[in-house]
Amino acid sequence: MKKIYSDFNEAVSGIKDGMTLMVGGFGLCGIPENLIKALADSRVTDLTVISNNCGVDDWGLGLLLKNKQIKKIIGSYVGENKEFERQMLAGEIEVELTPQGTLAEKIRAGGAGIPAFFTPAGVGTPIADGKEVREFNGKEYLLEESLTADFSLIRAWKADKMGNLIYNKTARNFNPMIAAAGKITIAEVEEIVETGDLDSDFIHSPGIYVQALIQGNQEKRIERRTVRQ
Amino acid sequence: MKEEQSANKGGVRVDTREKIARRAEKEIESGNYVNLGIGIPTLVANFITENKQVVLQSENGLLGIGPYPTEGELDADLINAGKETVTAIPGSVYFDSSESFAMIRGGHVDVAILGGMEVSQNGDLANWMIPGKMVKGMGGAMDLVHGARKTIVIMDHVNKHGQSKILKECQLPLTGKGVVQRIITDRAVMDVGSHGLELIEVAEGYSVEDILNCTEADMTVSEKVKLQAF
Repeated sequence: MKKIYSDFNEAVSGIKDGMTLMVGGFGLCGIPENLIKALADSRVTDLTVISNNCGVDDWGLGLLLKNKQIKKIIGSYVGENKEFERQMLAGEIEVELTPQGTLAEKIRAGGAGIPAFFTPAGVGTPIADGKEVREFNGKEYLLEESLTADFSLIRAWKADKMGNLIYNKTARNFNPMIAAAGKITIAEVEEIVETGDLDSDFIHSPGIYVQALIQGNQEKRIERRTVRQ
Repeated sequence: MKEEQSANKGGVRVDTREKIARRAEKEIESGNYVNLGIGIPTLVANFITENKQVVLQSENGLLGIGPYPTEGELDADLINAGKETVTAIPGSVYFDSSESFAMIRGGHVDVAILGGMEVSQNGDLANWMIPGKMVKGMGGAMDLVHGARKTIVIMDHVNKHGQSKILKECQLPLTGKGVVQRIITDRAVMDVGSHGLELIEVAEGYSVEDILNCTEADMTVSEKVKLQAF
């Protein structure tokens, strides 16, 4: 049985100034939106945030940017966020842009106890600066080190009380690897069901990676609403 | 891609984008797994002919992108890598980001079609930042250019100042070195081979000389160059 919070502010109360956080989601899809809001309210600062994107100006991790709570961000794409671009170009925030596949693998490796790995992504680009390059079978690869976090904040669709998780569609994205790479992982879920109600063959994240759960209602904002007639 | 953006640029611009996308579609064979980048590459999906069975991969974790949803089908949990709401075809699969890039890096994606800011004559690609001006990030592009079996860049032949985007050497920070196999622009199709850049197709309204004149890179003209090709 996992700790089940009922209050989002309480759920994030263990997060302190200067900590490293991983936050799930791709764009605004699959973000733990209520946990992020609570973090914005908490005003903890000097955070290092590892997340593929950094929200938009008024939602998701953009709320923490606006409050200047983030010291450093490690992500792959910041194109949707004017405040991010402004802080980055002005040198107000430290940014480590990382190829998306490398980022996913750094997090996966972190959760899997692998300290580093070689990947072709970034060879011959500014990403390679200061990194070991080694040749395997005639092709060059970069040595990339894995990532872990003090806290991981993720979003899932369903959880049982043992912390086993199922995600919905493309809201899965980075969440499963982030679940495994955090010392303490808090999952914001749409629904908590009784233990035994989820089919053991169809669980995406085993509960061993999850320390606490909280059920919430998500707004699920859409970044680019595209429809056909 | 933002609709208002293309609309603002007027009819000519929209036609050019469509022309490039239609030509790029010919690179896709039935049975291919294909990753389409953000922008003009996303438009390619609209022109895939019905006799081809193609599975579109979206690096945020979907194999089998379907058409845009109707209002009734809209689902915030179902988006493509451009963060647009989409649908999924029957037989589609969802997976996490690390598995998605295992597919990409592992050489399982047949074709990647990406946008570009600059391409060099030896196949270097720059498409992720302009120092001091624009920083969007590389997203999945740096992984894709190494993993896909065939990497095709589609873009305008010249920038808004009329300068060649196909250069002897890229001036902008690279996305990948020696990674592009084919370049498709509104004016021409070029291959990057072991002997450098080669012009293989010229679009309607242009001559071989026109293409050579608007291309900064060194380029040879294929003996089999196709004129009025698209």
